[in-house]
Amino acid sequence: MAAGSKITEETFMNLEILLLLMVLPPLAGAALNGILGRRFSQATVSIIGCTGAGLSMVFALLSAWIYTNSGSQPAPFIHSYFTWIQAGELRAEYAFFYDRLTLIMTLTVTIVAFLIHLYSRGYMEHEGGYYRFFTYLNLFLFMMLTLVTASSYPLMFVGWEGVGLCSYLLIGFYITKKSASDAGKKAFIVTRIGDAGFTVGVALIFWTFHSLDFQAVFARVAALPMNESEGILVAIGLLLFVGAAGKSAQLPLYVWLPDAMEGPTPVSALIHAATMVTAGVYLVARSSIIFAHAPLALEVVGIVGCLTAFFAGTIALTQNDLKRMLAYSTISQLGYMFMACGAGVFAAGIFHLMTHAFFKSLLFLAAGSVMHAMSGELDMRKMGGLRHKLKTTFATFLVGTIAISGVPLIGAGFFSKDEILAGAYEGPLGKPALFWMGTFTAALTAFYMFRGLYMTFFGASRVEPEAAHHLHESSSKMTIPLIVLSVFSVVAGWVSWPKAWGGSEGFDRYLEPVFAPATEALRHVPSEHLAELSPGALMGFSILAAFLGIVIASWWYLKSTEIPDELAERFADLYRVLTHKYYVDEFYYWLIVRPLHVVSEKFLWRKVDAGAIDNVMVNGTGEATAGLGDILRRIQSGNISSYATWVLLGAVLWLLYVFANQA
Amino acid sequence: MVPLSHYLALSVVLFVIGAAGFIFRRNIITVFMCIELMLNAVNLAFMAFSRFLGNLDGQIFVFFVIVVAAAEAAVGLAIIIAWHRNHKSLNIEDVDSMKL
Repeated sequence: MAAGSKITEETFMNLEILLLLMVLPPLAGAALNGILGRRFSQATVSIIGCTGAGLSMVFALLSAWIYTNSGSQPAPFIHSYFTWIQAGELRAEYAFFYDRLTLIMTLTVTIVAFLIHLYSRGYMEHEGGYYRFFTYLNLFLFMMLTLVTASSYPLMFVGWEGVGLCSYLLIGFYITKKSASDAGKKAFIVTRIGDAGFTVGVALIFWTFHSLDFQAVFARVAALPMNESEGILVAIGLLLFVGAAGKSAQLPLYVWLPDAMEGPTPVSALIHAATMVTAGVYLVARSSIIFAHAPLALEVVGIVGCLTAFFAGTIALTQNDLKRMLAYSTISQLGYMFMACGAGVFAAGIFHLMTHAFFKSLLFLAAGSVMHAMSGELDMRKMGGLRHKLKTTFATFLVGTIAISGVPLIGAGFFSKDEILAGAYEGPLGKPALFWMGTFTAALTAFYMFRGLYMTFFGASRVEPEAAHHLHESSSKMTIPLIVLSVFSVVAGWVSWPKAWGGSEGFDRYLEPVFAPATEALRHVPSEHLAELSPGALMGFSILAAFLGIVIASWWYLKSTEIPDELAERFADLYRVLTHKYYVDEFYYWLIVRPLHVVSEKFLWRKVDAGAIDNVMVNGTGEATAGLGDILRRIQSGNISSYATWVLLGAVLWLLYVFANQA
Repeated sequence: MVPLSHYLALSVVLFVIGAAGFIFRRNIITVFMCIELMLNAVNLAFMAFSRFLGNLDGQIFVFFVIVVAAAEAAVGLAIIIAWHRNHKSLNIEDVDSMKL
């Protein structure tokens, strides 16, 4: 036993260095490229960028291996490097918190990030600002790793804001394009609303528990008896969820994500599909114990997630822009993850987070490859029949579509989505309504994804002659990452074989220690579910939904292609509402942006700034001084007699004053 | 014996005449003489107090004032002559600028 503990100590010493080595290379890469990149050749820039991400991945794998083989797991490994903030009671360390959840997150993030770095080498070749792109991408990876390895809320917030900054910079990457910079600002401002909630939530945590350290806070929450001080916990949970909803594009703060597609496609894949947008899910999962003690907040999470999944799924049905369709699909899938957390099955949410990271980044990268071949065209109405020309892209897109649609066995999304749907039905806070809505959304997902696949790759070519001329498969720099991601999109689901098939749900079992306190707490929540349906039946419904979606899509978009148009005509009103995305953007414009403009222009600008500040305060000071000077100037006449008069007057007044005081 | 109040009254009268002349007269020489008049009004007051209080401080002060007045007369008259040469005028209202 003594020998065993010695090994543990040594490996843990290694782990603390390994974790630093995992987090820091992207920062070094960003610094190098950011400061000197302008002078480097494209090859040098891409080597620096990819090495940063690659080293990060290697050390993430090594840390995972060391941690898994150390005696102390599944207890979290916590190591503090230095004290970051020390003010009164508040103490924040620069410390890492590494447990099985962090392990999953770091592996997912670094693997996807590395592949996307490789892909970007090819994709960004002909775009300007090559070094700028890799600088931001590396900086993003550093911030994302800070977010998932942080051991306290303030440090997590650093990563949280850091990824937000990189997201802003990368959405507005094409700085000469107005729509891109607008989209960047929109993303930044909308997520800021969420961040305000997050900040207040964190302040409330500090106020209640006098600490911001994960371990201390979670221990204190877990020690609370259920139903005690629930109000404050509900408030904390809801505020944290506001932050999560902003970051992870949930109702009603999802509006920035579709616009974020203005950024380069690798960015959409990495930040706005695979990693950053899942930070909200991570936050909820990480704070699972807080939510478990505030079941009301957790129910809100589940309901909002479910509604978002459904809502975004319906919008995706009518999108004709390939990337925007994928964006709405991302929102929808993120909704699934929150639904899982809300039902109390956090592990299923994280499982879907992982599989989604692989297949959605694959779909985005494949869409980027299509876009590349089509000279930037993204309108699916101008595609069709591409499968002959873009064989690899087609094959990989097909794999991604199968994965997200939830085709049994060969789609990773099937396993994770099935777990979520089962959890939504029989989880601690599961409700049949969540299950049915989720299943219906699964059918929608399968439908719109296959619709996109058919419109892009099947049927007659609708490509414009000029674009058709350039049509070419992307270089191996881009296709190799696609192929690797395809493999992940198939096998990632197999780590958790469903119970209905005699499996053990290995992924859930693996994460059990992380969520054990939350699960334990949720056991005390009175549950009303009746569990009328067996797991097998639940799975049957989810498979049925997927196939129904695929069959309808095939029927409408392969066989009788006139049906969609007829339907659009017959339900013209509904169709218009869907193509206009329920007019939410217009509503927000009317409710927030327009009044803001009016108040800013009519009142703040013309009255406050031009009137009060410029006129009264700035010019007024000058004018008052000048006016007073003009009066006082007359005393200085140069006339000696008048000076003498003033002197005399002064003397008399002074004497009067003295005498008055004496009397 | 003449009481103190008489001396003081005379001193005040002289001072007021001096001050009024200083303000209202236009001729520089006259203005200058008015200054001397005011100084001597003060001297008179000093002397009277010194005599009536049996204290020599006032008389010493008077010597100082006379010395300062003499110096002032020397410098002042020199300035007036120089100014008169340049401006051909003795009107104090013309003395309103710091340059020639």
